[in-house]
Amino acid sequence: LERSPPQSPGPGKAGDAPNRRSGHVRGARVLSPPGRRARLSSPGPSRSSEAREELRRHLVGLIERSRVVIFSKSYCPHSTRVKELFSSLGVECNVLELDQVDDGARVQEVLSEITNQKTVPNIFVNKVHVGGCDQTFQAYQSGLLQKLLQEDLAYDYDLIIIGGGSGGLSCAKEAAILGKKVMVLDFVVPSPQGTSWGLGGTCVNVGCIPKKLMHQAALLGQALCDSRKFGWEYNQQVRHNWETMTKAIQNHISSLNWGYRLSLREKAVAYVNSYGEFVEHHKIKATNKKGQETYYTAAQFVIATGERPRYLGIQGDKEYCITSDDLFSLPYCPGKTLVVGASYVALECAGFLAGFGLDVTVMVRSILLRGFDQEMAEKVGSYMEQHGVKFLRKFIPVMVQQLEKGSPGKLKVLAKSTEGTETIEGVYNTVLLAIGRDSCTRKIGLEKIGVKINEKSGKIPVNDVEQTNVPYVYAVGDILEDKPELTPVAIQSGKLLAQRLFGASLEKCDYINVPTTVFTPLEYGCCGLSEEKAIEVYKKENLEIYHTLFWPLEWTVAGRENNTCYAKIICNKFDHDRVIGFHILGPNAGEVTQGFAAAMKCGLTKQLLDDTIGIHPTCGEVFTTLEITKSSGLDITQKGCCG
Amino acid sequence: MEDQAGQRDYDLLVVGGGSGGLACAKEAAQLGRKVAVVDYVEPSPQGTRWGLGGTCVNVGCIPKKLMHQAALLGGLIQDAPNYGWEVAQPVPHDWRKMAEAVQNHVKSLNWGHRVQLQDRKVKYFNIKASFVDEHTVCGVAKGGKEILLSADHIIIATGGRPRYPTHIEGALEYGITSDDIFWLKESPGKTLVVGASYVALECAGFLTGIGLDTTIMMRSIPLRGFDQQMSSMVIEHMASHGTRFLRGCAPSRVRRLPDGQLQVTWEDSTTGKEDTGTFDTVLWAIGRVPDTRSLNLEKAGVDTSPDTQKILVDSREATSVPHIYAIGDVVEGRPELTPIAIMAGRLLVQRLFGGSSDLMDYDNVPTTVFTPLEYGCVGLSEEEAVARHGQEHVEVYHAHYKPLEFTVAGRDASQCYVKMVCLREPPQLVLGLHFLGPNAGEVTQGFALGIKCGASYAQVMRTVGIHPTCSEEVVKLRISKRSGLDPTVTGCCG
Repeated sequence: LERSPPQSPGPGKAGDAPNRRSGHVRGARVLSPPGRRARLSSPGPSRSSEAREELRRHLVGLIERSRVVIFSKSYCPHSTRVKELFSSLGVECNVLELDQVDDGARVQEVLSEITNQKTVPNIFVNKVHVGGCDQTFQAYQSGLLQKLLQEDLAYDYDLIIIGGGSGGLSCAKEAAILGKKVMVLDFVVPSPQGTSWGLGGTCVNVGCIPKKLMHQAALLGQALCDSRKFGWEYNQQVRHNWETMTKAIQNHISSLNWGYRLSLREKAVAYVNSYGEFVEHHKIKATNKKGQETYYTAAQFVIATGERPRYLGIQGDKEYCITSDDLFSLPYCPGKTLVVGASYVALECAGFLAGFGLDVTVMVRSILLRGFDQEMAEKVGSYMEQHGVKFLRKFIPVMVQQLEKGSPGKLKVLAKSTEGTETIEGVYNTVLLAIGRDSCTRKIGLEKIGVKINEKSGKIPVNDVEQTNVPYVYAVGDILEDKPELTPVAIQSGKLLAQRLFGASLEKCDYINVPTTVFTPLEYGCCGLSEEKAIEVYKKENLEIYHTLFWPLEWTVAGRENNTCYAKIICNKFDHDRVIGFHILGPNAGEVTQGFAAAMKCGLTKQLLDDTIGIHPTCGEVFTTLEITKSSGLDITQKGCCG
Repeated sequence: MEDQAGQRDYDLLVVGGGSGGLACAKEAAQLGRKVAVVDYVEPSPQGTRWGLGGTCVNVGCIPKKLMHQAALLGGLIQDAPNYGWEVAQPVPHDWRKMAEAVQNHVKSLNWGHRVQLQDRKVKYFNIKASFVDEHTVCGVAKGGKEILLSADHIIIATGGRPRYPTHIEGALEYGITSDDIFWLKESPGKTLVVGASYVALECAGFLTGIGLDTTIMMRSIPLRGFDQQMSSMVIEHMASHGTRFLRGCAPSRVRRLPDGQLQVTWEDSTTGKEDTGTFDTVLWAIGRVPDTRSLNLEKAGVDTSPDTQKILVDSREATSVPHIYAIGDVVEGRPELTPIAIMAGRLLVQRLFGGSSDLMDYDNVPTTVFTPLEYGCVGLSEEEAVARHGQEHVEVYHAHYKPLEFTVAGRDASQCYVKMVCLREPPQLVLGLHFLGPNAGEVTQGFALGIKCGASYAQVMRTVGIHPTCSEEVVKLRISKRSGLDPTVTGCCG
């Protein structure tokens, strides 16, 4: 029998191919093809204990979800005998050839920790460790093996997903396409104001979709102003009707909710409109609106419960304030509004409300758009300020009182300075809290099965295959620790997760260089690092930052301000001026940023930007003619067009 | 003139003050050279003339995009009530107001170019130039005064002008071109646009968009050289939004009727019958010819193509005379695009005076047609990809999508479409990207870089989308044409 080596050679041992493939072995139904060696753990200089822990999780996961696993070596005659035995029984096995994966030796070591068996073959049937070749044949002769094989644990589902948002649904659909029996549990706990919605999660119901549509409505207000300059003639003062808009947007959302229901049905995914919580391993309780409880079991679980807006915890906040959960379906115009917070949600909402002509104030505790490039954030803020949004900086609310009931009513807000003892009072029709979001992870029974969460943030730590510390439980979306909270990220990670679990895929979700756009009145798109982060990581002297102000052609005739839109890229001087940060403030920033994000995936450099022909006249073309470095201190104000 | 002891007046003389010429001049001046630019706008047959800056600024990209924007705003006004704005429909459009605003902007750009030349100490002559010998150009000013300018290096950047048909009665007398349309003081009214070039489609598009009765007459295919599937969708969209089309038709004469309207007679090649119609304006957009005839190129020995009259150059932009160069639309076989002329000009000057050896790369040039539904593309058309690599080796991924903003506005998105043409063999190198939808120019620019970087299909798919945008459809392309599956994107969010 093959002996495992006494010591782990660790990563980077001699003879390793320099560009090893990462990822865990594809369900290993087939042998790894020669010359394409797979690894079970991520490469790189990760601390060995962590790497080992990760490998252990991988192995446990593999064992948990396979009917039969054989850890084998391709040349070992005993392994061959065992494989032949299962094949003669007509049983499909997951076979992992340890001599054909890069870290086979480490796998063998970890296996010996788990099973106390140092040799291959090493066989598991329905999660039970059978042993080596001899034990397997003994079990076969005694009938135990057949019994183990029969003992199908008979879970109700292959996969249960808790949460029917973007991430959960994409995972569910993909798993169903791969032939698995899937259930999605989705239940919207009404907001403190009583707002509730249908299937699809935050993005569709109370996030990206209604937000972008209201943003578009506000942009149309601007377009109406512009249009006069372009020859369109109307004299009347155009007013905005909140109810008309909201109804149209809610109709669209309902059609999306319906579309999701339909597409789950088409793919034979079971959808249950109930609140799911773990009660024991592999088992959840689903409670519906009427309080009826049903129990379901599954081999694997994905948690995709997302987040909900945070409240301040001050007097009157839950009674009288609304959040983004309520705003988009508010049956009446919010009127004079105080937006509390400086998150992108806060600024986007304040932006479109002001765009409808409402009196809007934003109360900011400290900085705008934490985590985003601060130069850009300040420019976003100052554009809003120039366009009528008031900012109250360094204040926090301490009390909200109702002065009058109504639709909207009247609220008195008392706020205090974060720097001194000063307090101020203001009267508003609506107070919108947008101070952050909390993960929905504390009331779903995670403690019952031992899934760890970050006690402080409520977020769930996962490894690079979205697996929690409990091997059969995975998580995707906004509840992940240290991952971007974005719909397309959740969709991508949910889909790839299902493909890894049930398909022959090794592809992991790549959380690097994720582009995003803040849909403030002047849109802000970015990809890669902020200037602050770039300086922190690479040091200022190693960076070159190119920037320019620009004047979109459409703004000229419209008589809108010059020297307001801004483009900036951050390059790493010691890596061929590779672009590590991309930032644009201007119209259609989202549309502009997407392609550049794809280019960054392909290793975009300053030289490549310079070599690319612009599309004239667009805003995107400014990135092909960036000449002025920030360090030069040269003037970046613009005159004229065309070079 | 300091023409003594064989000294020439200038290090560099640029003939033509368009995008390319000005870029050359400014770059050379920045490198410390003595530079002159000569520019002269020969009035159009209808008498239209304009200032410094060439086609793009005066009668091309800039006024075109602004009038396109005016038309888009018309669409947005129609959307507005769905988004809660209480604006009474229909809203009339005033051509004069738009034209004046556009023209004022263009004039400010003319002025800006003058100032920039002055700032950089580039000598500017508003004269019509022709070669005397291979180092000397003779310029004639408006008053007829002649001036001789000599230079070590000469760059020809005279661009092109719209072509008139030669054998159609009344074409020159009564027809206008893109040289005139942007400078019309009065609305062109009911308009016939002849041609199927991007200029034709863009003009017809914005005229329709601002509410004019507009007809396009085309003999054969639209947007020759562009991907034909995309081109026909562009046409389909225009037709469904009010532009009339007379396909397979060729005009034979134009006459002015007593009431001032123009009567156009044409032949329908499918029926072989003659037909007539009356219009207020006839716009020819059947192509462009290089502005080389009056240059006396033979005096300098500069070769042109006998077919196109365009100037022949090598990869360094040098003509048959080594110190005479040509850039921009006047050059044979180059894409006729402003940013191309600018970049080629700057690279040329950097080679001449800046010690550089970088050549212009004319591959993978992105561009956008600003039709009512914009069409952006970079790289190969599907036809070209198939021709080069064979049907079996090409995989096309495509999607019909609906922009989020269209939903509430109740707009038809039948022609919103994106396709990516890739090699079939892994890693499926991207050969071309074609995008039809709002803001196509903005969407295409970044992907052009990706394609320049040698992006593979897998790399594009690994890019996370920006939600909700139209450009995210590009990174979500999963359906191949070969699969035969329905490429309609349903719902949102995957």
